[in-house]
Amino acid sequence: MLLAIDLGLVIEKLILIVVVISASLVIAMYTTFAERKVAAILQDRRGPNRAGPFGLLQPLADGLKLFFKEEIIPDFSNKFLFILGPALAMLTAMMTSAIIPWGDKVELFGREISLQITDVNVGILYVFGVVSLGVYGIMIGSWASNNKFSLMGGLRAASQIISYELAMGISIIALLMVTGTLSLKEMVVQQQAGYWNIVKQPLGFLIFLICAFAECNRTPFDLPEAENELIGGYHTEYSSMKLGFFLFAEYINMFVSSVIMATLFFGGYDIPFFNEATLSPNIAAILGIVALMAKVVFFIFLFMWVRWTIPRFRYDQLMHLGWRILIPLALFNMLATGASILYFH
Amino acid sequence: MNLTTLVFILLSVMAIGSAIMMISSKSPVHSVLWLIVVFFAISGHYILLNAQFLAIVNIIVYAGAIMVLFLFVVMLMNLNAETEPVKNYRLQLVGVITGGALLLVLVSAVMKIDVEQLVEMKVGDQGLIKVLGMNLFKNYVLPFEISSVLFLSAMIGAVVIGKKGETANQ
Repeated sequence: MLLAIDLGLVIEKLILIVVVISASLVIAMYTTFAERKVAAILQDRRGPNRAGPFGLLQPLADGLKLFFKEEIIPDFSNKFLFILGPALAMLTAMMTSAIIPWGDKVELFGREISLQITDVNVGILYVFGVVSLGVYGIMIGSWASNNKFSLMGGLRAASQIISYELAMGISIIALLMVTGTLSLKEMVVQQQAGYWNIVKQPLGFLIFLICAFAECNRTPFDLPEAENELIGGYHTEYSSMKLGFFLFAEYINMFVSSVIMATLFFGGYDIPFFNEATLSPNIAAILGIVALMAKVVFFIFLFMWVRWTIPRFRYDQLMHLGWRILIPLALFNMLATGASILYFH
Repeated sequence: MNLTTLVFILLSVMAIGSAIMMISSKSPVHSVLWLIVVFFAISGHYILLNAQFLAIVNIIVYAGAIMVLFLFVVMLMNLNAETEPVKNYRLQLVGVITGGALLLVLVSAVMKIDVEQLVEMKVGDQGLIKVLGMNLFKNYVLPFEISSVLFLSAMIGAVVIGKKGETANQ
């Protein structure tokens, strides 16, 4: 027997993967719409309101526009790498969703289905690995463009992501010392029983939040695509849907990092001040998903709020914040966590 | 042939194939990209041995950090096939001799492997993070601490060397 695998499990996981990926894509699509609306409100404008009721069809119109634009591949670029760049950006943005616990178990057709694609042993380290690969899409795309502005953008992205990854990793280590597990599922279960991790790790959360902004290339850390000095940064030479992929990957990254922050620090699918065990498992699972999404929407709004409030950093300010402030702070946080664990045991 | 063997063969072909591509491709950027593929194939092998921690750390450290720096430097120097200097024959000879010596060591090590003592695939828990942590911090705590001191001194050394050029310029 070549493939001795439970067929029901394969179908179940396949459906879950399709649902999760299409949901992330749709959410990312409407995040672009939300971004324009939020920007409009913050700047005292109306925002997109022509396509469909309240402008709700605007993301579809944007997508169609990108598809119908002329595709230009620069003459001197490496064609394969030029296409690989945006594809990789999209791939690494989607990959993290594999280990996120979207909700508790549901019972369907007599099977208990876990709403998590896979609960790997290394859990949060997997997220960290995928995040560290995220820079390749930008770097490869920017190099293949054969344009100095693109290259500058790519190099900025690489140095920024490497610098902020360190502080992010150290803040995660402090969190792991508190939870004692790498599995995201177990972290959520712990938070359902006790306090949310934000209570135990407020400083760790703040560091993680800032680093998440930097890893997503969002303002105030959007130097890789700073339009008034680098034209468009790494996506200067891109057009049509390949440009769309780069822009879209940013929104998916935003969504996924919001989910990760909600799961790590804000109880995941836990409903605050409410015991889910009193409900039937299916209803509890659905309410849990709703609770998780509510937290995610708040974080996405935070991303936008900051983008339209705080101006972009200068490059030296960015490096100063990363290496001289965040890393010592994260180290101090780790030390303090270790000391308090030692003291209370 | 079961699924594990099939995956093993696929990963091995991928690893060796991309390693050959890494050596033979003229453009340094392509070499770096092929090397990243090699690291992914090796991580796949680790997962096959149920060493998940090793697999993911291999990706985080090598593919995610070191290779990004490699790519960074190669892109900055703008190396390409045209500017690649042609090495003279003496250097090539030295390369062949050192490479051959390494091959000799590897082959002799492989020849000595006890086939009875192969690692069991899929079932072993040696590579899981809990077992690994227990081993590192209980049985091997002294070597672990010594190697971390070594890393620290290497880091300080790098900073000192970096600072040296800076003060000389002033």
